Amino acid sequence: MASNAITIPGVQIEEKLWLDTLHGWLTTVDHKRLGILYILSSLVFLVFGGVEALIIRIQLMHSHNDFVSPQVFNRMFTMHGTTMIFFVAMPILFGFANYLVPLMIGARDMAFPRLNAFSFWLSFLGAVLLYFSFLGGNGLYGAGSAPDVGWWAYAPLTARAFSPGHSSDYWTLAVMISGFGTIGTAINIIATILCMRCPGMKLSRMPLLAWLNLVMSGMVLITITPLSAAQIMLLIDRYLGGHFFDAQAGGSAVLWMHFFWIFGHPEVYVLIIPCFAFMSEIIPVFSRKPIFGYPVMVAATVCIAFVSMSVWAHHMFTVGMNSYANSFFTITTMAVGVPTGIKIFNWLGTMWGGRIQFKVPMLFSIAFLFQFLLAGLTGIMLACAPFDWQLSLSYFVVAHFHYVIVGGILFALFAAFYYWYPKMTGRMLSERLGKWHFWLFLIGFHLTFDLMHIPGVLGMPRRIYTYEPGRGWDTLNLLITIGTFIQAIAILVFVANLIISYFKGDKAGNDPWDAWTLEWSISSPPPAYNFASIPVVASRRPLWDLKHPEDPDSRYE
Amino acid sequence: MIRRTIFADLVTGRKLTLLACLFVATVATAEPANFLSSPTNIFAPVSTPAKSILHLSLFVLVITGIIFAVVFTLLAYAVIKFRGRSGDGGREPAQVYGSTQIELAWTVIPVLIVVVLYLATARVIHAVQDAPQPANAVEVTVIGHQYWWEFRYPKLGIVTANELHVPVSDPAHPTPTFLNLLSADTDHSFWVPKLAGKTDLIPNHPNRMWIDPQRTGIFLGQCAQYCGVQHAKMLLRVSVDSPEDFAAWVRAQQQPAVQDASVAAGKRVFETTACINCHAIAGTNANGRFGPDLTHLMSRATIASGAAQNTPQNLRVWIQNPNAIKPGSLMPAMQLSDADLDAMVSYMETLR
Repeated sequence: MASNAITIPGVQIEEKLWLDTLHGWLTTVDHKRLGILYILSSLVFLVFGGVEALIIRIQLMHSHNDFVSPQVFNRMFTMHGTTMIFFVAMPILFGFANYLVPLMIGARDMAFPRLNAFSFWLSFLGAVLLYFSFLGGNGLYGAGSAPDVGWWAYAPLTARAFSPGHSSDYWTLAVMISGFGTIGTAINIIATILCMRCPGMKLSRMPLLAWLNLVMSGMVLITITPLSAAQIMLLIDRYLGGHFFDAQAGGSAVLWMHFFWIFGHPEVYVLIIPCFAFMSEIIPVFSRKPIFGYPVMVAATVCIAFVSMSVWAHHMFTVGMNSYANSFFTITTMAVGVPTGIKIFNWLGTMWGGRIQFKVPMLFSIAFLFQFLLAGLTGIMLACAPFDWQLSLSYFVVAHFHYVIVGGILFALFAAFYYWYPKMTGRMLSERLGKWHFWLFLIGFHLTFDLMHIPGVLGMPRRIYTYEPGRGWDTLNLLITIGTFIQAIAILVFVANLIISYFKGDKAGNDPWDAWTLEWSISSPPPAYNFASIPVVASRRPLWDLKHPEDPDSRYE
Repeated sequence: MIRRTIFADLVTGRKLTLLACLFVATVATAEPANFLSSPTNIFAPVSTPAKSILHLSLFVLVITGIIFAVVFTLLAYAVIKFRGRSGDGGREPAQVYGSTQIELAWTVIPVLIVVVLYLATARVIHAVQDAPQPANAVEVTVIGHQYWWEFRYPKLGIVTANELHVPVSDPAHPTPTFLNLLSADTDHSFWVPKLAGKTDLIPNHPNRMWIDPQRTGIFLGQCAQYCGVQHAKMLLRVSVDSPEDFAAWVRAQQQPAVQDASVAAGKRVFETTACINCHAIAGTNANGRFGPDLTHLMSRATIASGAAQNTPQNLRVWIQNPNAIKPGSLMPAMQLSDADLDAMVSYMETLR
């Protein structure tokens, strides 16, 4: 690799004022800074969403608790869901994609840097707008009322008859605006990957992270648009006298469900595919082997993307579709398990015969594999329509999708944090705090979400602010709440690690993990221009070729 | 240094183990009894749809259990067997890029499993969903309201609320009950786990489900689809009666309301306040349809859709301030004087 630093004679770097630094960050179009902005804003909203979760759990600690009123409880679960999906999971994954994709394909920035900044600030505006509802949700009265219609916002609960004031409008506009930002970034990622790869990087040599983000961005274009369309229809219903979802005037509540879930289910894959991408980079490095079956991994991802577009109505097995529709969505949903299973097996194949190093990123990755396996299996149970007639809308479903989103996505994100933090900051995260974080979070997670399946089997519906004693739910809910607090402590350890390591962590150097992709060939943190000279690659693992000239990958491709 | 020793003591001194054992023991002894006796356990069905679902679930659980055991063993084996050791001397392991045969195997086997699971599932979907309605079936129209249930028996001329009565069904001569599900406002879902899976009640989208409970008794459930502020206290009670009890109940419900001169004062209060805008009592001028029919209020064990026992004291609290029992309920506080309230409660108590 060429040397990374360009020295410009006669220019001296001066200490900047903090106002200049702030101005620099607010007006930046650098993909790395925007990536970090995405990640930092998501972490703030992760804390908000987490506090909402704690309020929910305190209220459900025992039967007939009155910690909060039903009105507040309903706002909490609506805000928790909306925040975590739209303002934590999506932007944080986009943040990593923004930061990593150009570095991994040997580009100096994204294809459209200004669109990149515009998209981030749009999404951020959406988040701020959502939280402003706590102040402005009732409109003129100055009294706050956050949205309380659930994060699916099912019709006709969102009609003005049932949702007066403006809280539902805040939900609609906030999510719609952030959706426009999401679409902008997705277009940007696609253009970057298709047009900005360095010489020698054919599509078949691209790191899997880039491949998977390409697929994810393609899915975003197809899935976010129906949601935006439905939200516009909802606003027409609410303000222009439309009747799309107004059942009293001949509209259809089921229509909203279809619109929402044709967004909502592929959305799960939009979130999990970038996490598959993290796994596909991290597991090989810490197993010291290349990814097992690269072409099949790509094919399986594309296959998931296609099949996942035809499974949405498995969220609607209880709405009274006919038996043919129920059968159809059962088979498609089960079918999506096949390529997903292939991925799990290929990661196992990568570990098989390797020399696994149990650094913190790998610990989170192994936990991811275990939890994602279980989440997939409960998914098979829910795919089975009759079983779903019992389990749907119960705490079993809540446990299942938190297994995917926390046990899968969040664990993969933590792995990514520990893996790429050195690249972003130049400092290593503390392994010791990292292990505390990992074990505490693992114990808290399993205490909470393993047990949460059981109240669902015992008939506890979701979204209830209180419940009757004598149903066998009390003890379980208390333990679940305790688990939530253990997770909260683990998050505090994580945040402490992020802050302490930024100032006191060990220096990372260019390549702390002895890894193989291009981002590790340049300094940490990388200079604004990324690569002083554009690299040329001859295989999927350019740094392996460099480190093992006697046995380069390029010989086998 | 000291902290580390204490921590090590905790682990090696078995305190942690002891705590863990205590914890497991508490859960193990206290809970299973609780689980099995839970009145809403989906694994204790007493009606055909719920039983078919149970059988399918067990099949699915076994298959997913086997998949879990196999994959978990592979994962655990890989983690233990292929962990890096200090003696490796920094050498890299053999670089393997893939294997078409192995990858083909772990594609084909899951496909076969999916086919088997799908066929088993499709059978149950068809059997439960497409079951024909026999001529002797009891028909009930269930209408979901923000936060209570209306039950109408069109063939029997009965209108009641919140507590569904159905006859027990002898497996040799089934007398199933078919429910037509409607909604007056937002989405709801009818879920009594021991009797059947849930089906939603959606405005302008009629649905249907059926049950044939094979044991008498009270079966509990509640609204499963988020329907607004008081979604949590939209509870369901299904009373499965012997044929004689059911016939007696039907006869009683078909009567108009009891006319009792001794509570005429209470009746007058009822008829001259806003009550009649929303409630109906057969045989009086009250014919509101927004709230539950009160003709035979005293035949019900609970009020406020199961949120409170049907006692005079609770009725008093409920009429005066529904928010005390069910905050967010759509019934307004009636703000009666004590004398009027007493009279009204006395009148209610005669509505057997």
